[in-house]
Amino acid sequence: MLGKQAFLRHSVFPQAGGTRSTRPSVIRRRGTGLASIWRYLLAGLGLAALLVGVLAVVYLTAPQSAQMVGPDVSRTKKTDNGLYMASFVPERGVVRQGELESWLLTLKTKTGASVERAAIAISGGMPQHNHGLPTSPQVTDYLGDGRYRIEGLKFTMSGWWQLRFAISSGAGSDTVLFNVVL
Amino acid sequence: MKRLFCFLALMVAVILVGCGKPDFSDAEKKTIALLALNTLPSLKPDTTNRFADVPAAAALGSTLFFDLGMSRDGTVSCSTCHKIDRQFQDDLPQAVGVGHTNRRTMPLAGVARDPWFFWDGRRDSLWAQALTPLENPLEQAGNRTAYAHYIKARFGERYERIFGPLPDFAGIPLNASPLGNDAERAAWNAMSDAQRDAINRVYANIGKAIAAFERSIEPAQTRFDRFALDLATGAEPKSDAVFTREEILGLKLFIGKANCVTCHNGPRFTDNGFHNTGVPPVTDLPPDRGRVDAVAQVEADPFNCFGAYRDGDVSACGELRFMVKDGPQLIRAYKTPSLRGVATRPPYMHAGQFSSLDEVVAHYAKAAPSVEGTTEIHPLQLSDRERAALVAFLKTLSE
Repeated sequence: MLGKQAFLRHSVFPQAGGTRSTRPSVIRRRGTGLASIWRYLLAGLGLAALLVGVLAVVYLTAPQSAQMVGPDVSRTKKTDNGLYMASFVPERGVVRQGELESWLLTLKTKTGASVERAAIAISGGMPQHNHGLPTSPQVTDYLGDGRYRIEGLKFTMSGWWQLRFAISSGAGSDTVLFNVVL
Repeated sequence: MKRLFCFLALMVAVILVGCGKPDFSDAEKKTIALLALNTLPSLKPDTTNRFADVPAAAALGSTLFFDLGMSRDGTVSCSTCHKIDRQFQDDLPQAVGVGHTNRRTMPLAGVARDPWFFWDGRRDSLWAQALTPLENPLEQAGNRTAYAHYIKARFGERYERIFGPLPDFAGIPLNASPLGNDAERAAWNAMSDAQRDAINRVYANIGKAIAAFERSIEPAQTRFDRFALDLATGAEPKSDAVFTREEILGLKLFIGKANCVTCHNGPRFTDNGFHNTGVPPVTDLPPDRGRVDAVAQVEADPFNCFGAYRDGDVSACGELRFMVKDGPQLIRAYKTPSLRGVATRPPYMHAGQFSSLDEVVAHYAKAAPSVEGTTEIHPLQLSDRERAALVAFLKTLSE
């Protein structure tokens, strides 16, 4: 990023500055014979400067970190084998980095019935950093209507987190992966 | 022709403006704002220590913190290693109390905000932490009943004004502890349950007083914070809040390509987590496996959050309750230290392995494999100029 700026500063400026200070007097002295060549040269330089200028404007105003195409961060999805619809949301609505949080996992069957008495195992980590979760979140309560409270989640870093749930109930066993990007 | 010149001049001006001030993307600005000290929330109450914000307790704690009498031979206090004029650390690769320890003394700015204590997190509260060096034979090397006797003799009145009546000391041995030498352990085991509990309570209160004092040790504003505040508010930076090109490059690397901010995040520059970053062991020191060996220690600590000496209710114990107890990522994992004040307190890492920030940056760029477990760090191409810039930026956290 800075390299590009340095390029603009060092290579274009001296040319542009030189053009401004010397070219007009040269043109006046030489009369019309060579003027057309100088004109073309000057026009060329002008166009080059224009291009650099436009690029600079674009570069300086455009958002600099191109948004990467991130993982699917939807909070509601079908489990891997389609047995359940799962949704996973922070209980207080917002995700706060570095604090223990509770989230709600809501489980419905394909027909939309609440899934009760499910056994839920939680794992996860940060795929780009070669480590698991910094805490061991657990299901601590069943709130009715297929809603399970999961306590002890802590997102200690910004970045891409994965939470994997292994769900087992009368309807069968299935897994689902949620991505959380902070 | 004239128009062309005008246009050229305009373009020159546009480029000049673009180069004249640090330019950060919106995402970078957001990250930088989150590192600034003004985003540090006010210190939360510690419900596990009901004396945490009692001024008399903090005053007694401060006395105890600097009192050489709080050691077996009267030569070591908390402040021996946590030196008040040295960011509450001692500049040594490994701390020296009554004996030579195997870990670097940690500075204390903002310590009350930590969820885990020591490099490996073997304690889960500031007051439980403060008790540990008191009985460590290499640090203050005392024993539990000796401390209780000492408090009664020396600070009895002050203690009782804060914590209520001291227990009956009749029949309490002068030297006894569950962690002491054979004679001290035997004496401890010979005490009644009620006596042991009474002494443990006095002992826990020593820790709670010291913790109350330590809560006042907070990080100070730095050049970086002044720079970040100006960047966030769009104000023109003045005097020392102006960053050099090198410092700006260092900051950009810190939050970008060098990935430092992944772990060193938030206004204290730490995620409060434990990571294996491939820091080599020190020859001649005992084996040190970091977090993986600390889990059992914090679970066994009678002064942990689940123990009988916690004030308030168990809802404060989330960190201990949801602690990761096993897994390969705990092997040689150590706590992410805060980077505030880092440039003026070498050496670095949990046993003072690196003597300069240049060495630290070189270590993270190289990302050598860990002697045990797996490092989380990936190798990074950094030019000499970029390494120097990172160090230059880190220095702004000490000025």
